[in-house]
Formats: sequence, C-alpha cells, structure tokens
Amino acid sequence: MLESFQIIISLLDSTIRIATPLIFCAMAGIFSERSGIIDIGLEGKMLLSAFVAATATFLTGSPIFGLFAAILMSCSASLIHGFACITNKGDQVISGLAINILASGLTITLGIALFSRGGQTPPLASEQRFMPIDFPFLDQLSFVPVFGELFVEVISGHNILVYLSVLAVFFTYYVIFKTRFGLRLRAVGEKPEAVDTAGISVIKMRYQSILIAGMLCGLAGAYLSIAHGAGFGREMSAGKGYIALAAMIFGKWNPIPTLFACLLFGFLEALGVRLEGVELIWIGEVPVQVMQALPYVLTVVLLAGFIGKARAPGAIGVPYSKEG
Amino acid sequence: MSDSNIIPKWLSVGVIPLMNLFLAFCVSGLFIFFIGENPFRAIFVMIKGAFYYPGAIGYTLYYTTNFIFTGLAVALAFHARLFNIGGEGQAYVGGLGVGLVCLIFDQHVVGFLVTILAILGSVIFGAIWGIIPGYLQAKRGSHIVITTIMFNFIAAALMVYLLVNVIIEPGQMSPETRDFASGVGLVQIHILAKYLGLEMAMSPLNLSFIVALIVSVGFWFLVWRTKFGYEVRSLGHSETAAIYAGIKVSSTIIIVMAISGGLAGLVAINELLGVHNKLLLGFTAGYGFTGIAVALMGRNHPVGIFLASLLFGALYQGGTELDFEFSSITREMVLLIQGLIILFSGALAYMLNPLMERIYIKYYGNYNNA
Repeated sequence: MLESFQIIISLLDSTIRIATPLIFCAMAGIFSERSGIIDIGLEGKMLLSAFVAATATFLTGSPIFGLFAAILMSCSASLIHGFACITNKGDQVISGLAINILASGLTITLGIALFSRGGQTPPLASEQRFMPIDFPFLDQLSFVPVFGELFVEVISGHNILVYLSVLAVFFTYYVIFKTRFGLRLRAVGEKPEAVDTAGISVIKMRYQSILIAGMLCGLAGAYLSIAHGAGFGREMSAGKGYIALAAMIFGKWNPIPTLFACLLFGFLEALGVRLEGVELIWIGEVPVQVMQALPYVLTVVLLAGFIGKARAPGAIGVPYSKEG
Repeated sequence: MSDSNIIPKWLSVGVIPLMNLFLAFCVSGLFIFFIGENPFRAIFVMIKGAFYYPGAIGYTLYYTTNFIFTGLAVALAFHARLFNIGGEGQAYVGGLGVGLVCLIFDQHVVGFLVTILAILGSVIFGAIWGIIPGYLQAKRGSHIVITTIMFNFIAAALMVYLLVNVIIEPGQMSPETRDFASGVGLVQIHILAKYLGLEMAMSPLNLSFIVALIVSVGFWFLVWRTKFGYEVRSLGHSETAAIYAGIKVSSTIIIVMAISGGLAGLVAINELLGVHNKLLLGFTAGYGFTGIAVALMGRNHPVGIFLASLLFGALYQGGTELDFEFSSITREMVLLIQGLIILFSGALAYMLNPLMERIYIKYYGNYNNA
C-alpha cells in the first residue's frame, strides 16, 4: 500500500514536469487560434527559443537573460508568421510548417557553427539554470500523512517556470474571458467583419494575439533548455508542440480544460515510461508506444465527434480582407 | 488568394515563383555568410556534389524519385483543396505493406511476382493511412490538417512497435526485418546498364525512378483528362459549386485521400525495394514533409513537381557534400533552405504580386484591358 502510494507520488511529480512545456504551448495556441490564426508552428517556436535560451545563458551566464532572449526569439518567429499570413494573407498551415522546418535546420546549423558539438550547446552549471524551489515549512509538513507527502514531493520542489505555467493558465483564462481585449480577440476569431465594423483593427488584434503566443512559446523553450534541462540538444522539442496542439483541441480551445488535457497527456507519458517492462495482471506488458500514441489517438477520436464535439473558432485559417 | 489576373501568366506563373525561390536562396546565403563561410563556395560545393562526381547524378535522381512521389501526393490533395501533411506517415505505413508482402511471400513465390505484389502493398497500405483522415474529414468534419499530423505520430509509434517487437529479425539488435530474398526488389540502374554493356558509376538509382515518371504522366491524365479529375478540381475551386453540380463531395474527398496516400506510399518501393532490401526504422527521413515544399514550388503540376523534385534531389545530395568540405556547415543546412523555400514559395507566394502589378501597369497598362 505504502509502495503504491510512493509510485503514485512519483508519477504525479513527473506528470507535472512533462506537462509544463505543453501547458505554455497550449496556452500560446489558444491565444493564436482564438484570434483566427492556426498555429502549427508551436513546435518550431519552442525549439528556436530553447536554443536561444541555452546559447544566451551560456554566453552571459544569466538564466534571466536567457529567458528574455528566448521570448524575443519566439516573438520574432511569431512576427514572421504574422507577416506571412496576416499581412500577406498567406496560408497559415504552410507558414507554420515553414517555421518548424526552419527551426530544425537553423538550430542545428547555428549550434554546430557556434559550438562545434554536433548541434548541442555546452552544458550549463546549476547556477546558470532555474533550479527547483523548496517551499517553506517543508520539514514540519512532511510529518502530515498523505497531504504532507503530496506537498513535499509533488507541489514543492519545482523550478519557477513550472509555477509560472499554472499562472499562465489563469492569465489566459482571465485575459480571454474577462477583459475587453479578450472579448475582441474572440470576436476577431469568430467574425472579424463584426469587429472591423466596430472600428477595431483586425490586423492589430491578430498581431497582438500571436505576440502573446510567442511569449508563451518562449517560456516553454526556456523551460526545456535552461530549467528542466541543462543545455540544448538537437530536436529537443521532440513533437511536444504537436502534443500541445492536440491538448488545445482536446480542451476545446478553453484554458482550464486544456490544462487538464496537458496534465492527462503528461500523465500518459509518465505512465508509459513507468510501465516499461512491467507485467500487469490481466493485460500483460503494455508497450511504451501505445502510451506514446494515445494522446494522438484520443485527439483524433475527439475531433471525429465521438466524445463531444470540438468546435474550432469560426474564422480560423481565413485571412481577413476588407471589402472593396 | 490566387494568381493575379492583372499581370500576364508568364509573369505570375514563371517569373514570380523564380523570384521567390531566389529570395529563399538569398536568405540562406545570408545565414551562411553570418556563420563565416562563403555562400558562393557553398553553392559551388553543392552543385559539384549533386552533379559532378561519379554517381552523383544517380544519387540526385534517387532522391528526386522520393520527392516526385510525395510531391504528387500533396499536389493531388491540394487540387481538392485538402492539405495532406500526412505524407510522412503514409510513406512509412506504405513501407509496412512492402515489408509484409515480402516477408510472407518471398520464400514461396518467384521474386518478380513478389515485387509486383510489394508495390501494390505499398500503395494499398499508404492509401489506408490516407483514407482514414479522408473519411474523418468527409463524414465527421475533423480538420484534415490536424488528423494527418496526428496520423504521422501514430504511424511512427506503430512502426516502432512492430519493428522492435514483432517483425524484427530474431537475434538482431537494431530494429530491422531480415533481408528480403535475393530475387525480390527493383533493379538498380547501374546494374541494368552493365547488362546493356554500358559503364555507369554505382548509385542507388533504381527502376522506381521510371515508375515515378510513369505515375507523373498518369497524374496529369487523371487530373486534367478524366471526369474524376474535373470533379476534384471543381471541389477545389468551390465546394458549394461542386455540390450544385451534383458532385459527391464526401466520396471525392475519400478517394482523393486514398490516391494521395497511395502515392506517398510509393516512397517505400524506392527505399525498400530499390535500396535497403529490408524494412527498417525511419526510412522516410522527412521525405513526406519535403513533398509539401515540392508541391508548392511545382504549383501542383507534374512538370513543376519534377523540376522541384530535381532541385530538392540536388539539394539533398549536394548537402551531404557540405559535411566533407566545410567544418561549420553540415547537411542540416538543407533543412534551413527547405524551410525558407516553404516560407517564400508557399506562405509568401503572393508577396511580390502587388509590386509586380504596380510595375507592370506603370509600363504596359492593364493586361486585361489591353
């Protein structure tokens, strides 16, 4: 009994670690897509900012500087996306795909040119990273049964970006549903003509939304290379941007359900790693690939309307042109 | 957005795409320059690597073959205004078709027949991986872009599982099947040339290239010379018009995705029947994604797709040469160039239109009123 409790605790702990970049990216996706801009480029933006975060931190020694460099990089990628599909009315999927492929090539090429380490950045020392924060009163709380352990192992002891990701969810919820800016943002994604008639610039609204998305992706990238990891490795985003996209759809473009989708997908991955080589009663060994494929399968099933309908914003993917 | 009708066609279909390509190469050159190498030397090395060395052209055409298949796959879907990002997964699962046919039959049936069946296997398995997203789009309204992305990942997981646990050669460490029997496979062109008394440098170029050319002609005929092709293009222009014209939209979507997936699946015959002679992990190596760039550059026409495939074939083969000649640029540079081409030829395809229109009107007046 005690042992299985320990297993659950450690599973929840790794769930949170895995889910953090997904949460940032999925919130970024919500901002972008709620304003009508498809964002396939989450993956590439995260990869680019992970590289820039590690590089800037290595060169300056300051993770704070690395974090801002990452956000700047990710926002620049957002601006390219915006220039292509808002200003020039290009295809949003193609533009996002271009950013992803560009990110793969650029990070490896620059990494090799700068550091000659096969695309990796040099490892960062612990003072150059965002390290785990221990909450106060840990010693006293650890004696409390169940809750104490949960607090010490699961809630406490993560780096600052993990806590920021939770804040990002509430930020997203608040901005999108409780502010005038959010109301306009949703309107731009559903019926841009209406917003235009009200004298608000659709172009400006959409640029603002994708810039916020850029900032959030920057945080995800920085988490990968200077908080969770200690340096950049090639292709280190490893499809997380696409899982985040799936989580956003799974959460039906709503921040709170999306948070739970991210946690679910994170939990599935943690469970998959945990179950590797373990014989389960009745089922036998569950291949790790089943767990890897499950988020995608679930998203396909959901999108097909078998578990409630996921409806995308009305004007998504359509460039806005004024009449006449 | 579509091609401008203010300027003549040779400008909008000929000059502007070339200018977009030129821009993509300029930006790539800037990156090489910032890294501290000479961009012109890099181009020279790549051209030499792609065409000059013995066997280089063979390698270039071998890559070209893959890109023709995936480019046509993406292009057919584009004609119906469907965006099939799933070429990578469809090619991968197509490989499963080849692998299964060969592993089951190659000990009992003559090689020639097994090869034919294996080609069919690649098409059918690729088609299945295209039909499911097609069905979900047509009947359940799931967005094809998202579904095909998801199916790429599902294919990857499926293939790793099968190769690691099920069809791996017993006693083998790396996830590969056993070699197919010796009579199975598509013969390489340099071996064929030897039979004809010609001396050719060794390269992986094989009969799949011929298949690709035949399929290209078939593609042209299907899209521009058949009733089905007409329906596909009508659907691509306007779904409402297609419905009023009595075209069955959902079955057209499903058939288009089946053919598209089958075309992508053919990558497996070039890779597995032509070169590796077994099924192995990750043989698709991003060819499915490159197909998107190829279709965009080739403007969804087989001739354009052939030229774009040739360009990408040369980039891939020339890119490997970068590894040997430079210490600071590697073949990943090609990914960067590919990303820039997708950006300029795809997402920013119409960026130059207003500028060209202004210049044209200034000097020649309006083309349509003339």
